[in-house]
Amino acid sequence: MSVTAAPALPFGAALAAARPGEPSWLAALRAAARERFVAVGLPTTRDEEWRFTPVAPLGKLEIGLPAAPGTLRPEALAPHDFDPAWPRIVVVDGRFEQALSRLPDSAAGIRVLPLSRAIAEGVPEVEKHLAKTVAPEATPFSALNAAAFTDGLLVVVPKGADPGQPIQFLHVATDASADALLAPRLLVVVGEGARATITESYLSLTTQRHVTTTVAELVVGRNATVEHIRVQRETDAAWHVGFTAVDQARDSHYRSFALSMGAHLARHNLHAHLSDENIETLLYGLSLTRGEQVSDTHSAIHHDHPNCNSWEVYKGVLDDRSRVVFNGKVLVDPIAQKTDAKQTNRNLLLSEDARVDTKPQLEIFADDVRCTHGATIGKLNEQQRYYLQSRGIAGAQAEQLLVWAFAAEVMTEILQPTVRKALEADVHARLGEMTG
Amino acid sequence: MSLLQITDLHAAVDEVEILKGISLTVNPGEVHAIMGPNGSGKSTLAQVLAGHPSYEVTGGSVTLDGEDLLEMEAEERAWAGVFLAFQYPVEIPGVTNAYFLRQAYNEIRKARGLDEIDPIDFIDLLEEKLKVVEWGPEIMERAVNFGFSGGEKKRNEILQMAVLEPKLAILDETDSGLDIDALRIVANGVNRLRRPDSATIVVTHYQRLLNFIVPDYVHVLAGGRIIRSGGKELALELEEKGYEWLTGPEAAVAS
Repeated sequence: MSVTAAPALPFGAALAAARPGEPSWLAALRAAARERFVAVGLPTTRDEEWRFTPVAPLGKLEIGLPAAPGTLRPEALAPHDFDPAWPRIVVVDGRFEQALSRLPDSAAGIRVLPLSRAIAEGVPEVEKHLAKTVAPEATPFSALNAAAFTDGLLVVVPKGADPGQPIQFLHVATDASADALLAPRLLVVVGEGARATITESYLSLTTQRHVTTTVAELVVGRNATVEHIRVQRETDAAWHVGFTAVDQARDSHYRSFALSMGAHLARHNLHAHLSDENIETLLYGLSLTRGEQVSDTHSAIHHDHPNCNSWEVYKGVLDDRSRVVFNGKVLVDPIAQKTDAKQTNRNLLLSEDARVDTKPQLEIFADDVRCTHGATIGKLNEQQRYYLQSRGIAGAQAEQLLVWAFAAEVMTEILQPTVRKALEADVHARLGEMTG
Repeated sequence: MSLLQITDLHAAVDEVEILKGISLTVNPGEVHAIMGPNGSGKSTLAQVLAGHPSYEVTGGSVTLDGEDLLEMEAEERAWAGVFLAFQYPVEIPGVTNAYFLRQAYNEIRKARGLDEIDPIDFIDLLEEKLKVVEWGPEIMERAVNFGFSGGEKKRNEILQMAVLEPKLAILDETDSGLDIDALRIVANGVNRLRRPDSATIVVTHYQRLLNFIVPDYVHVLAGGRIIRSGGKELALELEEKGYEWLTGPEAAVAS
C-alpha cells in the first residue's frame, strides 16, 4: 500500500525529473530556474498581474510528467495541418514525434528541428538565445517552463533567407497527458533581411485535464519580416499558460495573430521589445469563450527607441458565464520619440453572465508621441441588427452574421491566406455553436 | 388596386407624436415625392413604413397589396417587397458586400418559397446590377459601407435596391451629401429600376433630386401632416418660395 502525500511543491514531480546528457549550460539554467520557481511559487489573485486569473488551484493538484507519449492516428492531425506540403514539427505529450513530423531539407542554412535535437547537436543559436528573450524570472511559469521543458521547436533562418513556406509547430495532448505538465518551448531566430511564417498550435486529442506551460522566443533581425500565428484550442479541462516574447532589431516587422478558443483557463503573455529604430509590431488576437472558460491576454510592448510603430487589436466573444481578461501595457521610454502606438480591445457579450476585465496600461515617458487606446464591452449593435432586418436578414441569421462580422474583422489581419481561411472556418463553426 | 395605402397614420417616438394623421395612396408605376422642412416628419414616415422598432404606431393603417404592413416585422416587410434606402447607411465591418447581398437575396427568396440562388449565378446577377450604379466588381469585396464615402454609401443603397428588386422603394434623403456626379449616378440608377409594377417614394428636403427623378406627385409634409399635394410643378414652386410659403414659421416639430 502506498500513501500519496500532498505535494510539498507544486509540480514537484515534473521539476525533479532527471535530464541526463544535457549540456552543462542548460543544466545550470534549469537549476536556476527551478530555484526561482520554488522561491516565488504560484501567483495568487492578490498579485496584480494575476488578479482575475486564478492559477493557485494548480498547486493543489498532483501533476507529474507524462509517463510515455500517447499514440494517435496520423489522420487525427489532418484537420490541424494547414497544408500537407509545409514542414511540420509535431510534439505529442511533450515529446517530438518523428513519424508524424515533416522536417525540411536544411537548404540555404535554414534549420527547422525539434528543440531536443538542436540541443543534442549543439546548434549554436540555442545556447546563444535560449531563455534570453523570456528570462526564467519573468513570471513563475516562465521559470517553470525553463526548468521543465521537454521539447519544442528550433527555427533558424539565416541572413537573407526565406523558407518559402510556413513552418508549422503542432503540440498535441493525448490521454497520456492526464494530470501531467506539458512544457514545450520554441525558439525562432530570423536573421537580417530574412523572412519567416510560423504557426504554433496547441490541441488536445483528449478530454483529460492537463497543464500546459509554453514559452516562445522570437529573435527578429534587422529588416526581417515575421508572421506568427498562435492557436490554442486545448480541451475545456486544460490549464494553459503561455508566454511569447519577441525581440526586434532595426527596420524589422513582426505580425502576430493569437487565437484562443480552448482550455478551462488560458493565459497568454505577449511581450514585444522594440530595441532599435523604425520597427513595426502588429499584434492581433481573438478569444472565443463559453461555459466557465477564462481567457486572459497580457500584452506588453516596450518602445525603447524612436520612430517605431505598434498596433494592437484584440477581440473577445463571450458566451455563458465565461470571462475574458485583457491587460495591454505600452511602455514608451524617454528616448522613444515619434512613437506611434495604438491599442484596441473590443468585446462582444452573448450572455448576461459573461464578464470582461480590460485594462489599458500606458506608461509614456516621451513627449512627442502618438499613443491611443480604446476598450469596449458590449452587445450586438442594434442599428446593425435593424439594417440587416430591413434587408430581410433577421433572428438567428442576423445574429450569426453580426457575431461573425465582429470576429472576421480581426481574422482578416492574418496575412497567410491558407492559414487565414482554415482558421476562419474554425472560428465560424465555433461561433455557429455559440449563437445557434 | 393601389400598391400602398396609408390611412390616417399616427406615430410617436418616446411618446412624442410625430405623425399626426397621414393618408396617402400610391399606385404601381408611380413616383411620389415627400418634401418638407426639417422636423416635419419625413424621415419618421420612411422609418415607420420600413418597420423601425423605435417608432410606435398609435393610429391608422398601412397596407401593401392589401396586406396589413403594420403587423409585420421589419424583415417581413423586406420579404413582402419594401425597401428603404437609408439616409445614414449602417457600416458592417467584417462582412463583404458580396456575402451580405447574397444572404439578403436568399432570405427574401426563401421567404417567397424559392430555392437559394447558385453562387455562380449570383455573381452573374451582380455583374448586371453593378452597371446600374456604374461600379466595377471590386466593391463587392469591401466590407458593407465600411470606410465608404457618403456618396459611395448612397450608391451602395441603390445597388442593394437593384439586387433586391422591391415593389416599394423608399429613398430617405438619398440626395443629402452627394456631389453632382454621385447624384446623377444615383438618380440614373433609380430611373433604370422603375417598373410598371413597382413604385417609389422619394423623401427629400430639396427639389434638386427631383430634376433627375421626376415625380408623378409631390406631397408637402409639415407638422406631421400632408398639407399640400400636387404635381411635379409643386416642387418647383417650393424651391422658389420656400417652405414658409405653406407652413408659416412655427409648423415644424422634431422629426
